[in-house]
Amino acid sequence: MSATVNGVAKAEPQPKLVVRNLTVYYGEKKAVGPVAMDIVGQHVTALIGPSGCGKSTFLRSLNRMNELIPSCRIEGEVKLDGDPIYGPGIDPVAVRRRIGMVFQRSNPFPKSIAENVAYGLRIGGISDSHDIDARVERALTQAALWEEVKDRLTESALGLSGGQQQRLCIARALAVEPEVLLMDEPASALDPIATAHIEELINELSEHYTVVIVTHNMQQAARVADYTAFFYLGELVEFDRTDVLFTKPSDSRTEDYITGRFG
Amino acid sequence: MTAAAAAVGDKSALAQLAVRRTRRNFIADGAMAVACGAALLIVLSILAVILFDVFRNGTPRLSWAFLTEAPRDGMTAGGIFPAIIGMLQMVILMTLAGVPVGVATAIYLHEYASPTSPVTRTIRIAVANLAGVPSIVFGLFGLGFFVQFLGAGIDKAFFHGEKVYGQPALIWAALTMAVLTLPVVIVATEEALRAVPQELREASLALGATKFQTVMHVVVPQAAPGILTGTILAVSRGAGEVAPILFTGAAYFLPQLPKHLSSQFMSPSYHVYVLSTQSPDVDATKPILYATVLVLLALTFTLNMAAVIVRARIRRQHAGAA
Repeated sequence: MSATVNGVAKAEPQPKLVVRNLTVYYGEKKAVGPVAMDIVGQHVTALIGPSGCGKSTFLRSLNRMNELIPSCRIEGEVKLDGDPIYGPGIDPVAVRRRIGMVFQRSNPFPKSIAENVAYGLRIGGISDSHDIDARVERALTQAALWEEVKDRLTESALGLSGGQQQRLCIARALAVEPEVLLMDEPASALDPIATAHIEELINELSEHYTVVIVTHNMQQAARVADYTAFFYLGELVEFDRTDVLFTKPSDSRTEDYITGRFG
Repeated sequence: MTAAAAAVGDKSALAQLAVRRTRRNFIADGAMAVACGAALLIVLSILAVILFDVFRNGTPRLSWAFLTEAPRDGMTAGGIFPAIIGMLQMVILMTLAGVPVGVATAIYLHEYASPTSPVTRTIRIAVANLAGVPSIVFGLFGLGFFVQFLGAGIDKAFFHGEKVYGQPALIWAALTMAVLTLPVVIVATEEALRAVPQELREASLALGATKFQTVMHVVVPQAAPGILTGTILAVSRGAGEVAPILFTGAAYFLPQLPKHLSSQFMSPSYHVYVLSTQSPDVDATKPILYATVLVLLALTFTLNMAAVIVRARIRRQHAGAA
């Protein structure tokens, strides 16, 4: 593995997401950036760092969710398979169909389990009920939830446990078949067993999807991620293969953080 | 002894102070509870007196015939059937006209408009002021704008100047009442939209939904109980108001039920006003007056109960499978 230059890992073929000079402001205040990063396809990339370091802001700017915050301003570029996701004439809705997102707090709709998963399909224009049923089953299976809920698909999603709700949200995101899945601390509100389920799931998902996960938990990053980026005070400090970053960090701030000296 | 002195002084003094503090808190709590309880008692007794009075004087005259017959003999006999029908027609028209506009306004204000823009703020202030305008002003506005301007304009354009819509009519009263109840609908809807968790909007948008899809499929269904409550509150307000329909469509007495949008109509609220102020024989109309009030109260009460029940049912549906 070669060294990193300005946080860009080299010698990896065809990055899925290419980020250059990305800077996010809230009002006049810079939240994060400028960031340059190549995110490798069909691998898991973890974003770590102390609270307020900008990792979530960075994650949310990868599928243009930050635009929902009125004072937010974004500079720089992000390319998905070479297609820019920012720029005049680019529809954030189309971007979000290709880059899905799972949130920190599970947020199922107050609908049935099946309707939660079918939602993205219906709004995407799929109306054939057999097709929808098949896709719902596939997504729930991918999210390792099918066996638990197959007999209660018409029951409310709000009756599921926290871990099940989060897996339902993952299934819902997978149903629309995105290429990239962004996860914002998906297991931070879950107990250790549910967390283990989610981590196992993330590993399986990375066979087909590009996963970018924000986590507070360094052990989690070490367990699930192929690549890890360390953010500190709105800056991307270091980005490398997870094993390299955790064993031979090149920046002293990274070392201080992963050895628990702050954060 | 001050608290600081107690702190450096002996411990028993501090403990004593703590006890005294607690006792003082206890007395303050007790006094607060008594004061609030007394206020509640006053409100409840006023309500009880009103209800008791209306029930005692209203029930003797109340009968099936009273609900299904027209007034007779200069309002000294008969029932209030035309008034009930007239109110229902007016309220239905009012709801059809007012609620969509109110809900759409609230959706615009809460979901689309920038919360900090001066335009949004101005609209919000305008809505709040609209709610504070005395209802008689709405009546005069209805007369001036709907009857004399819109109505007369329609007559000139479509009826060769013949007076059809250019006079007080069901439709103008309903529209006037719709304007009056608009703030109720807007405020209730905005309140309901505000209660929809931002996470649900984000979840929908992150799945590639457009803003419109998110509003229609996630936000509005979630806010539906609140919107419905606002609607029913608007209806029960509209059912009780007199001033807005005074000049715009309500009739003293009509031999037949309204058949067109341009017909005048009778309404229980206006009927109460007529019976209590315009009657030639006060003693004969008094029982009828009370019975009418009783019916009006019962209708309003039923509407409010319906609001509560519907809201509870939708909540259950939301919690269960949708």
